[in-house]
Amino acid sequence: MKFLRDFLDKQKPHFTKGGRFEKLHSTFDAFETFLFVPNKVTSSGAHIRDAIDMKRTMIVVVLSLIPALLFGIWNVGYQHYASHGMAYDFWPIIGFGLLKVLPILVVSYVVGLAIEFAFAQSRGHEVNEGFLVSGILIPLVMPPDVPLWMVALATAFAVIIGKEVFGGTGMNILNPALTARAFMFFAYPSEMSGDKIWIAEKADAFSGATPLGHLLVNEVDKLPTNLSMFMGTIPGSIGETSTLAIILGGLVLVITGVGSLRIILSVVAGGIGMGLLFNLWGANEYMNIPAYQHLLMGGFAFGAVFMATDPVTAAQTAKGKLIYGFLIGVMAILIRVFNPAYPEGMMLAILLMNVFAPLIDHYVVQANIKKRLKRVKAAVV
Amino acid sequence: MSNVIKIKKGLNINLIGEAEKNLKELSTDQYAIKPIDFIGVFPKMLVKEGEAVQAGTPIFVDKYRENIIFCSPVSGVIKEIKRGPKRMLLEVKITADGKDEAIDFGAENPKKLTREAVIDKLLKSGIWPFIRQRPYSVIANPDDTPKAIFISAFDTAPLAPDIDFVVNGNNKDFQTGIDALSMLTKGNIHLNLDAGVAHSSVFTNAKGVVINQFSGPHPTGNVGVQISRIDPINKGDIVWYLYPQDVLTIGRLFRKGIVDASRIIALTGSEVLQPAYYKTKIGVNIEALIYNNTTDVNKRLISGNVLTGDKLELDGYVGFYHTQVTVIPEGDYYEFLGWGLPGFKKFSVSRTFPAFMFKNRKYRLDTNYHGGLRAYVMTGEFEKVFPFDIYPLQLIKAILIEDIDLMENLGIYEVDEEDFALCEVVDTSKTEIQSIVRKGLDLMRKEMS
Repeated sequence: MKFLRDFLDKQKPHFTKGGRFEKLHSTFDAFETFLFVPNKVTSSGAHIRDAIDMKRTMIVVVLSLIPALLFGIWNVGYQHYASHGMAYDFWPIIGFGLLKVLPILVVSYVVGLAIEFAFAQSRGHEVNEGFLVSGILIPLVMPPDVPLWMVALATAFAVIIGKEVFGGTGMNILNPALTARAFMFFAYPSEMSGDKIWIAEKADAFSGATPLGHLLVNEVDKLPTNLSMFMGTIPGSIGETSTLAIILGGLVLVITGVGSLRIILSVVAGGIGMGLLFNLWGANEYMNIPAYQHLLMGGFAFGAVFMATDPVTAAQTAKGKLIYGFLIGVMAILIRVFNPAYPEGMMLAILLMNVFAPLIDHYVVQANIKKRLKRVKAAVV
Repeated sequence: MSNVIKIKKGLNINLIGEAEKNLKELSTDQYAIKPIDFIGVFPKMLVKEGEAVQAGTPIFVDKYRENIIFCSPVSGVIKEIKRGPKRMLLEVKITADGKDEAIDFGAENPKKLTREAVIDKLLKSGIWPFIRQRPYSVIANPDDTPKAIFISAFDTAPLAPDIDFVVNGNNKDFQTGIDALSMLTKGNIHLNLDAGVAHSSVFTNAKGVVINQFSGPHPTGNVGVQISRIDPINKGDIVWYLYPQDVLTIGRLFRKGIVDASRIIALTGSEVLQPAYYKTKIGVNIEALIYNNTTDVNKRLISGNVLTGDKLELDGYVGFYHTQVTVIPEGDYYEFLGWGLPGFKKFSVSRTFPAFMFKNRKYRLDTNYHGGLRAYVMTGEFEKVFPFDIYPLQLIKAILIEDIDLMENLGIYEVDEEDFALCEVVDTSKTEIQSIVRKGLDLMRKEMS
């Protein structure tokens, strides 16, 4: 790698202050640090530092999303051929899936990263790695047939309004990928809901409803089997269908400690809790489905593992995380069952709790402060 | 003995280069007192270059607290008064003459003196600056009466010296030092030991102290952690603290009547060929200390430990409060795709590297940041290595926005920058947390005075 290093060292002066491309410093820096961990050494404080950095953290998240992405690619192809009543071999299925998914992925990354680079440049910051994750999350929550210009628009909206206006990665209030999803949902409702969009180039005669779609119209008997919902061979957004692939990714997040197990478990607990409550109530068929089935359907698992755990938009205190996660689970099921306009409650539940996360933290921290003040009083008495 | 106080949160970083229990004499003639070692002190010089001094001769005083005097550790000649940018005083270098002449302050039994007389003697001899206070970790104000005095008799930092070994055999000096300290407070003198190991009789036979036992990873040895468990600091409280070798120096002042600036310093780190303990004096020249005893690589010389120490140049001097010198490799290299490769040999607390599977491995760590500065993204990292009932990230953010009330409410009085050292190590965003905390403490001190 010596020649690469030499090349970079040779180009570097052009991009530093006084150089010809001084204005593109952030861009150069992003590529340089991508290739080489910088040679910067500590000067004060702790002289040694942990090997982890933001790139490592983000690459682990990207890695954890790979199973869902790969399965999504296969499932897009599989659903397409199945709707036409054709049983195809593995490779044509993958081929069709790639044809549908890759363009979305590319558009999301190109648009998002271009905006990130531009903002980093104008602020004189280093480019933050946050979008490496958002860029793959956005395609995974899109329906397979989504027009590419919509993906581009939603990504731009999410990055600019969802993140950069607040100051960039680390400062945003709402999860950027879900912001993109919500933007699509409210701006283009006909493209983002109904029975027609969940299978790419679906045969007209075939019902393409998702499990949640069936439940919405009380067709409990048309629900796919638990096994196919767990494996993910059902229509839906690209990456959300396979609970198995999501669990694999979740394991990567939890084992590496990048994702908070605390949040994932409390979301699940909230969801099951609410499901059980509805079982007791049992006013209609939707309320009567077993609580665990909620976890297999729609974006619940995907949201719990990959969206709710976003450390920037989640609660930051340990206690706060429990409350935050639990309420996401409760809200998601509540919205699903009660609000026919929004078959998928997970997105809205997470966005809602994103907004409330700072408030939850505030009360957790206030409790700590009160404890301290009490100690002062005790000491005085 | 008393119950063991168990501390769970924290982290021991195992490094290569622990000092062997082998005490060597170090003879050199180069020493220095560094005004920058003393937080919040504005030095006013009392000597000129070329002037002859004895051990105990005042070198400079604090401009705003002129009764706080800083003295020469050795007899000799002022070689150089080194200044930095804006004429900031960096080092007062002294060439020792080897005669060990010392000003006689008079040997006395501290128990027979008044509190004022004890304080006066400590102030005049320049030994007072060893006594520091929490909050703010600055030199104690002789007009205050602390609610307690804390002595941490063990160090949990990486490669830290074994304090039992260092103090061994100095029973009388230590006891006299404790006697002197007992005149300063109406509260307890807490002598904190690590549980589960045999201790020097210097500690176990000490009278007039409350012995507390602690167990747990670093920063359990930090006096701030110990205070928070035994007698936490509330607003308005003042606790004084010092370390065992400082107590010995106080003891020698009262027993012999002179400033005996002897120090045992542990020379440690992966780049030291033969890590050992050296008997020398406060402010010794580092070049003399590491002479012919280090590897040939580009090195970082640290006065203190790798978490909180000060970076030294080759002609630097060991800090006033430091009893350890660490030498590790510099990390000024590029690493191709370092963030993406498995990194089997890397040190990381996070489980994104395989390091978590090798708990007992010892590391040769360098000074590379391993990444670039970012906004705070990850949460829950600091809490794992921060054993206070305080929300570290929230406190750091309160300091960054300079919200005095919030800082106070979140517990800034209880902490010192050294307590945040591990947070700084594990921080994914590579921020300078210790200097942020220091700024917060300085700001609070300014606002509260």
